[in-house]
Amino acid sequence: MDPINWSSVFFWLFSTVACVFAVGVVLSNNIVRMAFYLILSLGATAGLFFLAGADFVGAMQLMIYVGGTLVLLIFGVMLTAKGPFITMKTSAGEWLLAAVVGGSLLAVLIAAATSVGAWQQPHERPNTAQVTATPLGMALLGARVDKLEESDATQRRGMSGYLLPFEIVSVHLLVVLIGSAYLARPKRRVSGPSETPAPTVSAPDR
Amino acid sequence: MNPFVEPITVSHYMVVGAIMFVAGAVCMATKRNALGVLMGIELVLNGANVNFIAFGSEYLRPAADGMGLDGQLVALFVIVLAAAEAAVALAITLNFYNNHSTVDVDRADELKG
Repeated sequence: MDPINWSSVFFWLFSTVACVFAVGVVLSNNIVRMAFYLILSLGATAGLFFLAGADFVGAMQLMIYVGGTLVLLIFGVMLTAKGPFITMKTSAGEWLLAAVVGGSLLAVLIAAATSVGAWQQPHERPNTAQVTATPLGMALLGARVDKLEESDATQRRGMSGYLLPFEIVSVHLLVVLIGSAYLARPKRRVSGPSETPAPTVSAPDR
Repeated sequence: MNPFVEPITVSHYMVVGAIMFVAGAVCMATKRNALGVLMGIELVLNGANVNFIAFGSEYLRPAADGMGLDGQLVALFVIVLAAAEAAVALAITLNFYNNHSTVDVDRADELKG
């Protein structure tokens, strides 16, 4: 009897939670339950990242995704969830079509994932803890401290780092911040039930 | 063949990523609530991230033929861009809700010719 491989045990735990609740998001009709299932699925995905040795990305998944993006999404659910919008049924024909297309896509993807032999070779795990925060930060600043010993000239070209994408993402986030604040600013209602007058404290045009 | 004894490989991670991707794609296609479509997008991006992390992991593949740190960096960019995308999409959805009093994406057909 072989000893139990605990990383495999935790992989099966996290992957089961992630997949079951991802399917739960699809099958549920209640938007509030969908949001909760999504939180559980993405949290279990962060556990998968930790298991693969990506400690910084797993922490960012928890902080930015689960702690930031999904809270934003849940605020959206709370602002719009009333009456008929909590449960919106999809017609059976659309479900059938989606099941056929999704099932065939899943079959193709799983066949592709399990067809390459090199991806199924178990690999001896290095017995050292990986600390990735510092190499990741240096790579974002343009220095690949993880590839300093790279002797192959063709692979050394990948040492240029990610300074330019980092700057582009920074400007992109600024644009998104301004754009979403502009889009979501309070406005007067054009149509629909106006039992209460729109708040007149809406800011003047900015 | 006890699954708790076998070591985990890249294929396992890719199957998990494929299931999350397909769940997100079906979610995007079938949900009528605009926020449900947004949740489908998040699932698709996470399925892709699982694959990036698996290929970049030194625990699953030899470091020589893996993506190394590049996989984790791409995953970080995906996380940041998903946050930006969710903020803009939520602002658009709330604007649509304020103007039309509904979040049904089938009702957003004013530009239909």
